[in-house]
Amino acid sequence: MAHTHSAHDKDAQVKVIWKTFWILLGITIVEVGMAFVHLYTGFPSKLWLNSLFILLTLFKAFYIVAEFMHLRHEIKNLIMTVLMPLMLFIWFIIAFLADGDSWKNMRKDLSPGTPVKKEAPVAAPAHH
Amino acid sequence: MDNAVTAKKKWWNGGYSPFSVSYGKLMMWYFLISDAFTFGALLISYGTQRFMAEAWPDPNVVFHSFPFMGHTNLPLVFVSLMTFILIMSSVTMVLAVHAGKYMDRQGVTKWLVLTIVGGLMFLGCQAWEWTHLHEVGAWWGRNPFPNADGSAAISTNFTDFFFTITGFHGLHVTSGVILNIIVLINVLKGTYEHRGHYEMVEKVGLYWHFVDLVWVFVFTCFYLL
Repeated sequence: MAHTHSAHDKDAQVKVIWKTFWILLGITIVEVGMAFVHLYTGFPSKLWLNSLFILLTLFKAFYIVAEFMHLRHEIKNLIMTVLMPLMLFIWFIIAFLADGDSWKNMRKDLSPGTPVKKEAPVAAPAHH
Repeated sequence: MDNAVTAKKKWWNGGYSPFSVSYGKLMMWYFLISDAFTFGALLISYGTQRFMAEAWPDPNVVFHSFPFMGHTNLPLVFVSLMTFILIMSSVTMVLAVHAGKYMDRQGVTKWLVLTIVGGLMFLGCQAWEWTHLHEVGAWWGRNPFPNADGSAAISTNFTDFFFTITGFHGLHVTSGVILNIIVLINVLKGTYEHRGHYEMVEKVGLYWHFVDLVWVFVFTCFYLL
């Protein structure tokens, strides 16, 4: 009795593994397909396409960590101890990419030959 | 091992893991977190440089070759194959871990061998890709690719980051293959059968999936975006 139950469990788990595989493969095919659609038609625009790629990448990461690495089935303490430190990445990504962008703009504005932006003359405060 | 989670347990009083996993697995998780930060730092510095640059090469132009296809323009196809191989080897690794839970020594052996084959295939693909890129003049410090807007490359950031990050990932795949081979030898020797559990397969499995996880991000950052 106990043995048949465990054999049933075993098959169910194998099913989950293959289901995860098909999800990961499907997402990858969609990504590559979208890249080709963009290449030939220019649709969707680069911004939307990249947002979609990042979203799908995070989906894939979720399935790998949750199912393949089994994290979803661990207890909450462990899940939190693994995921909380990774929250630093939110700051990390925003801060550094914004920094890169700001450097680009500064280089453009300050490079030799760039016309200086004319500031609107500030009205001199009247003293008298 | 008393791993059942009950309401009455005092989590931090000792005697069992408050995370309900063994010490070895927990330390593997912690190692992987630190490794995630290493890869994260590399990828974010790549992103910073890319945001800083006024122009950047188009990946669909740089990565368009496939072995034995000559000059046929096949963007993304080869790297998609590499991605497929790595996902597939992740599946065989999960199946090896799964067989280990049921003390199925033959199953573990079969799936581990397939995982090692997958890892070696991936490394073979990467070796071909690197060789090809080297032949067209790309290397650390050498960037032959024009920018997407048609202007000539003014820095070697693109190739430097590409070779450093895919190289660091490839190094992880290599050590993963070596770890898998060591574990396979132990499986064949009956070490884990004798020990009463196949937890070591789970630990290298965690590492192997992490390498797959990193590839998902490398794939997006270098080939898609």
